[in-house]
Amino acid sequence: MFDLTGKTALVTGASGGIGGAIARALHGAGATVVLSGTREAPLEELAKELGDRAHALPCDLSDAQAVDGLPKRVTEVAGALDILVNNAGVTRDQLFMRMTDDDWNTVLNVNLTAAMRLSKASVRGMMKSRWGRIVNITSVVGTMGNPGQANYAAAKAGLVGMSKSIAYEVATRGITVNCVAPGFIETAMTDKLNDDQKSGTLAQIPMGRMGTSDEIAAAVLYLASPEAAYVTGTVLHVNGGMAMV
Amino acid sequence: MSDVEDRVRKIVVEHLGVDEDKVTDNASFIDDLGADSLDTVELVMAFEEEFGIEIPDDAAETIQTFGDAVKFIKDAQ
Repeated sequence: MFDLTGKTALVTGASGGIGGAIARALHGAGATVVLSGTREAPLEELAKELGDRAHALPCDLSDAQAVDGLPKRVTEVAGALDILVNNAGVTRDQLFMRMTDDDWNTVLNVNLTAAMRLSKASVRGMMKSRWGRIVNITSVVGTMGNPGQANYAAAKAGLVGMSKSIAYEVATRGITVNCVAPGFIETAMTDKLNDDQKSGTLAQIPMGRMGTSDEIAAAVLYLASPEAAYVTGTVLHVNGGMAMV
Repeated sequence: MSDVEDRVRKIVVEHLGVDEDKVTDNASFIDDLGADSLDTVELVMAFEEEFGIEIPDDAAETIQTFGDAVKFIKDAQ
């Protein structure tokens, strides 16, 4: 089950905890993986660790031109682009009343607009090969909202609407577009929370614990697999029961 | 019949699964040949590839018929 031999996947934000776990899971299922992110060193390190079928392609997702050109670079180094995982995300948390245009634009650009550009540039090849998978990593926050994260929640909710619309358009071409919505996951992003914030958060999670990056990666692996061919336009929530939607 | 016409017709026939004699100059991809809007995008992609040209989005929208496609490609070459 979940054999991705012969498929090529691009994972953005692969230098982060969740992105790295996603890359490992897809690679473990036989896919060739292209790791993208802004920090070159951790990408190279992960590519080296994975060995064969792994390439590092650093890219600044706030640079529109670089983003537009990324799928082409992927096909140049790896031969194809069958699976796109838009995982990269940034936060600029701030009370809405104090949120600057820059806080807003940065988060929307990287989390939403870059995913749009990458999807657009990837769908072309997927249409031609009549097979493709786009998996967008959203967040429970896009569904529930979160104080201090009006920008992030807007971007993540935006990804859901975009995914569903693209899913409609390309459904007849063997391409599926889905989202995975993590709840609270043990990563560098959630490490920044203080103990009070952490215990407050855990109280809202029926499972009483944070999730792991591997649990997100498993959901992505499923949606990227041939077995998930009939699943499109959906949001798979992986949140320990925190939001049962 | 020109080489361009032959090659365009071949792409249209293959992509839309229509009879060759239906692909006339005035045949509209959508109204006469059963294409949907996504098919027209794919046809344009196939023309770009076959002829090594770039068809910008605003030009692509004006290519409604087989004749439009042939004319555009001949002009672009």
